[in-house]
Amino acid sequence: MNLHLKKIIFYAAILLAGIFAPIAFPAYTFQFAVLWLMILFALTWDILGGQMGYNSLGNILFFGAGMYICTVVQIGMYYDVGEYTAHFGAVKIDFTPYQYFTGIAAGLVLAGIACLGLAVVFGWIVFGLRGPYFAIGTLGVAIAAGELVGAWDYVGAGGGISLPNYPGGPGDREMFFYILCFVSAVCTFIFLKWLYSTRFQLALNAIRDDEEKAEAMGIHTNRYKTIAWSFAAFFLGISGGIFGNMTGFIEPLEVAFPTVTFGIFMVLMVLLGGKGTLWGPVIGAIIFHVIKELTWTYLLGWQWVALGALIIINVVYFQQGIMGWAQEKWPELFGITVDEAVASAEENSTADKEAVI
Amino acid sequence: MFDNLSLLGLVPMLNLQLLLDGLLIGSVFALAAYGLALVWGVMNIKNLAQGDFVILGGYIAFTLSQPPINLHPILSIPIIFVLMFVFGWGLYHTIIKRVIERDLFTSLLATFGLAIVIQQLINLAYGPDVQTAEAGMEIREFFGGEITIADTKLVSFLLALVVALLITLFMKKSRMGRAIRATSQNARAARIMGVDTDRVYAFTFSLNAAICGVAGVLISIIWVIQPFFGITHSIRSFVIVTSAGFGNLIGVILSALGLGTVEQFSGFVFGAEFQQATVVGLLVLVLIIRQIMQSRQRQVVK
Amino acid sequence: MNKIIQVKDVNKSFGGVIANHNISMDVEESKITGLIGPNGSGKTTLFNSIVGYHPIDSGTIQFENREISQLKVQKIARLGILRTFQQTRIYSKMNCVKNMLISAAHHNTKWLDMFTEYPQEMTERAEHLLEFVGLYSKRFLISGDLSFGQQKLLEFAMALMNEPKVLLLDEPTAGINPTLINGLIDRLKRANQEFGITLFVIEHNMRVVMNLAESIYCLAHGEMLAHGTPEEIKQDQNVIDAYLGAH
Repeated sequence: MNLHLKKIIFYAAILLAGIFAPIAFPAYTFQFAVLWLMILFALTWDILGGQMGYNSLGNILFFGAGMYICTVVQIGMYYDVGEYTAHFGAVKIDFTPYQYFTGIAAGLVLAGIACLGLAVVFGWIVFGLRGPYFAIGTLGVAIAAGELVGAWDYVGAGGGISLPNYPGGPGDREMFFYILCFVSAVCTFIFLKWLYSTRFQLALNAIRDDEEKAEAMGIHTNRYKTIAWSFAAFFLGISGGIFGNMTGFIEPLEVAFPTVTFGIFMVLMVLLGGKGTLWGPVIGAIIFHVIKELTWTYLLGWQWVALGALIIINVVYFQQGIMGWAQEKWPELFGITVDEAVASAEENSTADKEAVI
Repeated sequence: MFDNLSLLGLVPMLNLQLLLDGLLIGSVFALAAYGLALVWGVMNIKNLAQGDFVILGGYIAFTLSQPPINLHPILSIPIIFVLMFVFGWGLYHTIIKRVIERDLFTSLLATFGLAIVIQQLINLAYGPDVQTAEAGMEIREFFGGEITIADTKLVSFLLALVVALLITLFMKKSRMGRAIRATSQNARAARIMGVDTDRVYAFTFSLNAAICGVAGVLISIIWVIQPFFGITHSIRSFVIVTSAGFGNLIGVILSALGLGTVEQFSGFVFGAEFQQATVVGLLVLVLIIRQIMQSRQRQVVK
Repeated sequence: MNKIIQVKDVNKSFGGVIANHNISMDVEESKITGLIGPNGSGKTTLFNSIVGYHPIDSGTIQFENREISQLKVQKIARLGILRTFQQTRIYSKMNCVKNMLISAAHHNTKWLDMFTEYPQEMTERAEHLLEFVGLYSKRFLISGDLSFGQQKLLEFAMALMNEPKVLLLDEPTAGINPTLINGLIDRLKRANQEFGITLFVIEHNMRVVMNLAESIYCLAHGEMLAHGTPEEIKQDQNVIDAYLGAH
């Protein structure tokens, strides 16, 4: 009961911190909003990368797809998309609050659902690949998607699209998007916390540990892989839609399909925090975001070099991540039994029991 | 796009021109791809910084060709071979050594980080402009100017050929070459038989960097270099190796020539801005084809 | 007697190497069938062909009178043919109970079951089976930390958890401490008698296979050399020659 109470206080504290952070530090509202998105990125990447052992470098695909789908829906509900993008910059269109909010709601929902479907299709393409081929294949798909969108005039091609203006003051705008980011990240966390309490997690872990064995035991491996990817895609799609509206302008290479920024950040945050745990990605995202903001501020010009170096150091020297390190150090806290006397007793003890049986 | 396609039908010489250009440039791609196949096959490292090694080699050649040194890029090849070899040696002992026995993703990600560091450092040093190392050679014309071939391309083709021959000879005849081949077949057995696999790995990785450096010089002569072009070169190498398999020099060369040709044609038909899209598209295509082939045997692409 | 697996004229070659040539054999329901043969005689290839690990070149493989040679591994496993691996394979980062739970049969679960927790009786069954193989006291250990022999027992228990109709065991006693072997034979027999699972066993240890199987097939150089009761096999001149290398 005591433990239960502690947990409730813990979660309540986090929620309160999340709610009051932008009120206490209004200048950093945008940064906080991005932080929640980062947490969402890390959590969704970990579904495949950590729990299932499929290291994707192309999850950003769903972020960008969601962004474009959301935008097209938002605009398309009230205007002709082709005309809107063709008159880029020339025709200024104001959306009424009703149009704006219904558009964004429908856009986000559809972005999530469409990305879910997209994941099923792309799963069919990439799930015959293992290990490095999967990583490179997904990277290829994501880059290709960016290039394709960049050539597609209907969605503004390489020139991008300006999103509808927020019908309200700048302070309201920031708060509105902060709340969207906050809610979507918390929803992702709660969803995954539930998902990892079901059989589904065991199946994902089985695929991670030995996929061939899982197949030989009759597990529907493809079904699990596709569903897992779809979940990740769903939340990423929504986050893409939010981010697009937050920045107000989207284009394919830097904003929608940034394989070398957000696409790699997701991986790095999870590795930093610890793969295959629920809290690892969250902790990793927070630390990474802070480091990133600091380097971007104080190492301007050298920030990318610092980032690359961070990747190398993290991967080479600290791959188990913070949670992995903590698990090694205090396994009993994580419910892992390492009874060395029992484990090292080898066959002798079993042999003793033979006689009894 | 369809205009260009019909132009190809109308002017048959154009096809020949594109084919020649593709083959000549493909021969340079083959070098970097062979290096990748080497490290992948011998030490199971998927080097995502492969293309950045190429670009780095190109920039060294560019620097040497500028005042105050004014060294002709072709003459700088031996220097760059040595420099890049040392560079590779240093990288092996600081980074690669520590990821070699780890899971597959580690090497991929570590080298990706390396790629970012290299491209950003080059960017800081030279800025994001496109550069070329001037070799000052003529352009030959055939069929009354319908076909043009730059001498630089011919020379680089020959040089690539020479390098490939030297590597093959080295692999076949030298003691280290034999040790490398033994390690790639079975590292444990090689270790038991007294091969110092750590040295073999270090040598292989350094050799790869050196080969990439040479490829970079040739690229800087016949084409352009830019700090962020590395990733495309890396993906090219992956396309070639995944379609040819490693440990198969002939396969690597044929795929590289094929890739060069396809790129030239698609660049002509769709426009130059689709270059990266073509390479990436080919990568996805090759992976899909390999999956279909493997699934016939109820296997997966590992 | 009912033939649960019928293999007819199966050919399988890798490149130019013929691994199985015109193999025909039957596994009888609720009995223990043995498969012996020198190294490289094609035993594991035959196993792999039955469980659908690779397509066969020609011939038919029937399970309960249904053709299965075109089916994929998972489908065949769900029909009720399960195999264990020569190099023991378990989910090495999960604890033993989780290894058992995820091995529970997948043929009678529905789509949405994957989003539910395991019912209590499933956990009890898992623990009961772990007790059956003598791993109860280690049930919460990470399975990768177990010794090789214990991992083999765990793999066997996982297979039982799946409630297969036929269990194909690839060298169950290889690499196991000799004192453990008798216990293992005993458990295999009990699995056969108490759970009614048909067993088909590749085994190198002659003493084990003679003790265990009621019907034995012998492969050599990819061809079926002999078939009979343990007594017949012991007397068979071809088998003796194959093992002594007189071929």
